[in-house]
Amino acid sequence: MSKHSSYWSANLRLVALCLVIWFVVSYLFGIILVEPLNSIKLGGYKLGFWFAQQGSIYVFVALIFFYANRMGKLDKEHDVHEDED
Amino acid sequence: MTLQAMTYLVVGFTFAIYIGIAIWARAGTTKDFYVAGGGVNPIANGMATAADWMSAASFISMAGLIAFMGYGGSVFLMGWTGGYVLLAMLLAPYLRKFGKFTVPEFIGDRYYSKAARIVAVICLIIASVTYVIGQMKGIGVAFSRFLEVDYDLGLSIGMGIVFIYAVMGGMKGITYTQIAQYCVLILAYTIPAIFISLNLTGNPIPQLGLGSTMAGSEVFLLDRLDQVLRDLGFLEYTTNVRLSLTNMFMYTLSLMIGTAGLPHVIIRFFTVPKVKDARSSAGWALVFIAILYTTAPSVAAMARLNLIETIEPTPGEYMVYDERPDWIKNWEATGLLAFEDKNNDGKIQYSADAETNEMTKVDRDIMVLANPEIAGLPNWVIALVAAGGLAAALSTAAGLLLAISSAISHDLLKGVFRPEITEKQELLASRIAMAGAILVAGYLGFNPPDFAAGTVALAFGLAASSIFPALMMGIFYKRMNKEGAIAGMIAGIGVTLFYVFQHKGIMFIQSTSYLGDMSPNWFLGIEPNAFGAVGAMVNFAVAFAVAKMTAAPPQEIMDLVEHIRVPSGAGAASSH
Repeated sequence: MSKHSSYWSANLRLVALCLVIWFVVSYLFGIILVEPLNSIKLGGYKLGFWFAQQGSIYVFVALIFFYANRMGKLDKEHDVHEDED
Repeated sequence: MTLQAMTYLVVGFTFAIYIGIAIWARAGTTKDFYVAGGGVNPIANGMATAADWMSAASFISMAGLIAFMGYGGSVFLMGWTGGYVLLAMLLAPYLRKFGKFTVPEFIGDRYYSKAARIVAVICLIIASVTYVIGQMKGIGVAFSRFLEVDYDLGLSIGMGIVFIYAVMGGMKGITYTQIAQYCVLILAYTIPAIFISLNLTGNPIPQLGLGSTMAGSEVFLLDRLDQVLRDLGFLEYTTNVRLSLTNMFMYTLSLMIGTAGLPHVIIRFFTVPKVKDARSSAGWALVFIAILYTTAPSVAAMARLNLIETIEPTPGEYMVYDERPDWIKNWEATGLLAFEDKNNDGKIQYSADAETNEMTKVDRDIMVLANPEIAGLPNWVIALVAAGGLAAALSTAAGLLLAISSAISHDLLKGVFRPEITEKQELLASRIAMAGAILVAGYLGFNPPDFAAGTVALAFGLAASSIFPALMMGIFYKRMNKEGAIAGMIAGIGVTLFYVFQHKGIMFIQSTSYLGDMSPNWFLGIEPNAFGAVGAMVNFAVAFAVAKMTAAPPQEIMDLVEHIRVPSGAGAASSH
């Protein structure tokens, strides 16, 4: 059980990290801070607008693959991975 | 070849593919019917999930909504993609490990209660049925607009196609058809976008074109769009907030939580072989979704600019009505675009002022549907857009219908009322339930209770306020018991329905809306469609409070939660 509980808390830490990034790129950069960020330009995009309509989506994709990859490693480290066949 | 003949050819060809797949992918067992045999490759499942996910609303309506909402439309872009992060990290791998066929089955086992399972079935059916109405409407509209057949006949043809592959193949038939449908819809969406971006900015990648300068000019496209909108008296495109930032925050949150809680999306992750695959498959799904969702903002802004510049080619010089281009004539004929020369000068003035504005009607859906014509693309591209719209509506409808029919045959019939039926009988029952669900959805498509987008938004509110919290607490909070989960689901869905109905009318009958659709009465200025996140919070709060006051769940349930938290031993999923 203790082996599983260290696995589970490592998982929770990873999820928390990912969800903080998830929140920052969408709710913080895309909505709450959109007005100040819009004074910065990324090519023709205002930065806040870019996060809301483009950037957040790219980060979401990257986050899921990052999570899947790290969890795959955690599964092996804690010896809870599925049988390879 | 005429456009009409070309459209029949392309749509007919795609339908032949779907039926061919249906014959090849017949379901032989309930496992085939409910989870496609459980052996779908994670990338293939990602593609099927993307088609399942992207509905008529995403394909036809979303870019048009954004075109007129500007920055405010971001709630759909972030809301309908960010939910996959929640799904990948909070639900999909654990539910896959649990290893059963339906979402209510998990809730019933985890909360050791048939009552919880029935509450979950009811929530699922309400959310899925409201959602399927929008798809049925989308099918009818796409047929009537492109093939010039009657709306009712178009809807009947669409139902017939879904009937063939969903009843025969169940999840197996649906999965492989959805892969084909994804390919059709993504080509149909991106090809016109590439040409329009190339025309306007010289950059063939729409995501980059939107941030580029106008072709042959130093002015950025978005700056130009802001400028022309200001001149016409509209709000700036890039800073046009939807009601308030608080409302946008809650709207986005509702759509994200709702996305993660929609059963027809969740069950897609039961079809992959491993827990590991469920995680990566969510990533692949979002890749395929993001291709459309990052293109949509470009389509939106460019189509809006194109429309304005057609009507007002140079500032102060308006389009002469008798010299209007053919695509305008075509869309006027459908009644989706209308002009009225109020000052009788033979020209069309477009303005934010309703008194002088002469473009009296412009349906949001035109932005995507007329795109290829506006850009002067060949007929086969226009035909492809018709096939793409149909693929989007059919694929989502089929996924929803499977979620509904499996809840009836597996959760209600096999799980509660007639546990003794054999697998063969259950397979037959699931086919009958599927046929019944198609007929009900068709009936609602013929008599839609509200406009499509409204009912789809409600489905998200309901999934967010009922299903997502029950699933998440079932995995992450071992102490959650059946009393808490049931009370939470009822409170969450109750408060959401109550809020929507009091502003939009009971069952959307306008006259019964006792507080009126008036923003002064909105709680914290949150519009009804954005209320699901509040419902979810109510669900969590009520569930925690009730769970604290009642007995802890039995030890075997605690063990079950331990079991689903680790990937190993997926083959031997526990069943009680």
